[in-house]
Amino acid sequence: MTVAKQRTAVLGVGQTKYQSTRGDVSMAGLVREAALRALADAGMEWADVDAVVIGKAPDFFEGVMMPELYLADALGCVGKPVLRVHTAGSVGGSTALVAASLIQGGIHRRVLTLGFEKQSESNATWALSLPQPFSVSINAGAGGYFSPIIRQYMARSGAPELIGCMVAFKDRQHALRNPYAHLRQHDLTFDQVVEAPMLWDPIRYSETCPSSDGACAMVLGDEVSGDAATGPVAWVHGTAMRSEANNFPGRDEVNPQASRDCAADVFRQAGISDPRAEIDVVEMYVPFSWYEPMWLESIGFAERDAGWRMVEEGATHLDGGDLPVNCSGGVLSSNPIGASGMIRFAEAALQVRGMAGDHQVDGARRAFGHAYGGGAQYFAMWVVGAEKP
Amino acid sequence: MSGAPDGEVRLPASLRGVEPVQSVRTPIRLEYDYRPSASAESYLRAYADKRIIGHRSPVDGAVFIPPRGVDPRHGVAISEEVDLPDTGHVGNFCVTHLPIPGRKGLEVPYVSAWIHLDGAAVGFLGLVRGCPTDEVRIGMRVRAVWKPDDELGTTAENILHWEPTGEPDVPLERAGNRSFHASQPDAGGDTGGEADA
Amino acid sequence: MREVAVVATALHQVPALTDTTEVQLMVPLINAARAAVGLTQADIGFTCSGSSDFLAGQAFSFVQTLDAVGAFPPICESHVEMDGAFALYEAWVKLQIGEVDTALVFSYGKSSPGSLRDVLALQLDPYFLAPLWPPADAVAALQARLLLESGLVGAQELAEIAVRSQRNAVGNPNAVRSSSKVTVADVMAEAPVADPLRPSDLAAESDGGCAVVLAAGDRARELCGRPAWIRGIGHRIDAHGLGTRDLTRAPSAELATSVAVAAAGLTVDSLDLAELHSPTTSQEAILVRELGLDGSTEVNPSGGALAANTMMAAGLVRIAEAADRIIDGGADRALAHATSGPCLQQNLVCVMAGG
Repeated sequence: MTVAKQRTAVLGVGQTKYQSTRGDVSMAGLVREAALRALADAGMEWADVDAVVIGKAPDFFEGVMMPELYLADALGCVGKPVLRVHTAGSVGGSTALVAASLIQGGIHRRVLTLGFEKQSESNATWALSLPQPFSVSINAGAGGYFSPIIRQYMARSGAPELIGCMVAFKDRQHALRNPYAHLRQHDLTFDQVVEAPMLWDPIRYSETCPSSDGACAMVLGDEVSGDAATGPVAWVHGTAMRSEANNFPGRDEVNPQASRDCAADVFRQAGISDPRAEIDVVEMYVPFSWYEPMWLESIGFAERDAGWRMVEEGATHLDGGDLPVNCSGGVLSSNPIGASGMIRFAEAALQVRGMAGDHQVDGARRAFGHAYGGGAQYFAMWVVGAEKP
Repeated sequence: MSGAPDGEVRLPASLRGVEPVQSVRTPIRLEYDYRPSASAESYLRAYADKRIIGHRSPVDGAVFIPPRGVDPRHGVAISEEVDLPDTGHVGNFCVTHLPIPGRKGLEVPYVSAWIHLDGAAVGFLGLVRGCPTDEVRIGMRVRAVWKPDDELGTTAENILHWEPTGEPDVPLERAGNRSFHASQPDAGGDTGGEADA
Repeated sequence: MREVAVVATALHQVPALTDTTEVQLMVPLINAARAAVGLTQADIGFTCSGSSDFLAGQAFSFVQTLDAVGAFPPICESHVEMDGAFALYEAWVKLQIGEVDTALVFSYGKSSPGSLRDVLALQLDPYFLAPLWPPADAVAALQARLLLESGLVGAQELAEIAVRSQRNAVGNPNAVRSSSKVTVADVMAEAPVADPLRPSDLAAESDGGCAVVLAAGDRARELCGRPAWIRGIGHRIDAHGLGTRDLTRAPSAELATSVAVAAAGLTVDSLDLAELHSPTTSQEAILVRELGLDGSTEVNPSGGALAANTMMAAGLVRIAEAADRIIDGGADRALAHATSGPCLQQNLVCVMAGG
């Protein structure tokens, strides 16, 4: 017996304001805010939701074990199926993909999916620095892990030193056009980005992501629900996940095969052979500025060692670029870790629905959403479009 | 409290005008009593004798450090221990300008590096000292600087840091994770990285 | 629905893993499950696992365990911070889409380095309950007392459940508590640890892991002479607030059962056996009532989770134990159950059949 993959649409998106501390709401209040906005956008009620898929990064970030159990009440889950995904930094993207699979597999018709992090509830540095019994702790944070990989990219691509600063400045400019963004630095100058202190050489403070509270939710629906929607929906054209081991001989950390395989799979599903020409807007996971040119190459938007040229030419800028990247301001401007991947996926959907407001790319028909995690070893990607596939 | 459909919270009359509770502090303390695995125990005990132990994969001979008992590429168990020298090269590195929470006596900036020991297929983390931070290079040859013999314990911290040997650098294309495959007879067939890029 | 079956299982449970890490535990289990049906990782279409950072005492703990799979070339893979039974559900969904024909599911838990009863307190509402640090057995005791005082179940019945588990577990190499001699009087004579729950009312904690291979349609028939076909699978959750629930009930267990049984086109009384993930005897009594098990179905022939409760794996172990009985021809129709959260908050039911 064969089963046809069911078409899937994004019916609604809801986001909270991202900021360092949402002291005005509990964890439940935070996720409910995003969920209610997604339901309102979809024109639906709690009762219309068949299942809920929740994602977030390590439980230690809030100090609650499997918090989806506690959040079941706030998210209208009682009597419904709930799944909780955790795939490191890519989790927001993976969560959306698990939710999509419930529709693609014909299990449910309408699924609420949500990613969140309330880092202010605990101490993320503590959560990431729990003593490991058998190794020496000398890596202060994620920047310490990714800085050598960026250094290797710079060495092999010959990229000019300030490419990372250009990305950071661009994303912070984009963030000024997104009311939900955490960092909204109106007076920031490029010189200030360049002159910011070096944290993990070659990563400057200005080239890193903030630590945010926030939640992002989407309502996904089947073909019937998508057709019935009164407003614009985003149709899912392709979904892919890939993972590879963290450290093994011959591993290419700069351009991991899992990334390349994942991109090839999602573009094949979407029928895309020339990603740069056929994708109108990109939301990718760039927690450190240099990852924009690195992922542009890995995903196939640029030739090897040429991603930085797109940055230099302004090709990824919302104003005048042919492939705007992270029009929302990206992870560099808002980073509630467990939601960060889902925000990429949701912003891609908003673009093809024409609902991205001041950071809308005119006439966007197809958008790419991307997330990665672990030691650049977990990948989740989707392509969404204005047309039904 | 009741949540209105628009997400706005409306307080009951009895709570209006009262200073809101915006935060509660609830300290969490959990204790974990770890025991080293058999492979970690060998590894840690060897440090007391200034020896560094790796695990050799039965599949392709690749030597892993620290020895975790598994070849991550093939998903097979490893039990063969091999002694590794305390010399190698810097596969990659980071100059960190931030202190490490809870670690004292480490001046910033410091250089943390992936150290690729001679004969090992993957790198492991170590500090590089003994030269200005801006002289550290990918491919730079280094050797371990051990604690004095009377301070040695069963810990990886016996290696204080790594210092330059002054030997010629390992070329960039054979440094780091490339080193294992570069040393294989049919190098390049299976790196999954450079070959098909 | 597409036909999907359990075609291979491997599991290992002990009181405490002292010489091996989680990844070293899983390497032989994953290899054994794949090898039992002649597969390598290259033949697996989707991989999904379940585990908890709070057990490992380490953020992103599952990243290291990926090494046990042999994840290169890269694999299509996902992870849930849930019992492995829910990872199996995710894999079953993936197989429904029809793009892959095989899946590897695994989960593991090593709770022995910490204090599980205290760790589980952190599952509770972080503002109102968790700060009180009620140990898991005390929370379960609230439920047990309500059950006993409402007259729905007698203390004798709970002791009988404990005895049945320990006797059934005799001969099960993956049980950590078994006895052929224990009697109801022995159990009733035990001093309560969280009154009214006695030591034998509480599941025996274990460390361990489980790996399962799923396959769809003809692929399953090629790989296994007698696949354990998943005829119905469903899961539901109840409210979290202990004060908002009738703790003598587990409506989500009843709902999940009705979903799974209806999809299977079976009735509960036609089941040969049921493997229940009951962390306490009182919770097993509730489950028997919610699932509608009427005595014609053998309950927990392996001893169940009471005989070995590996946090994050016990639900997947139930599916493996039930599937094994079908694969080896000992049963035609079986139900497996998994639970998560305080007082049976979340429940999954999987109905499998041989023919």
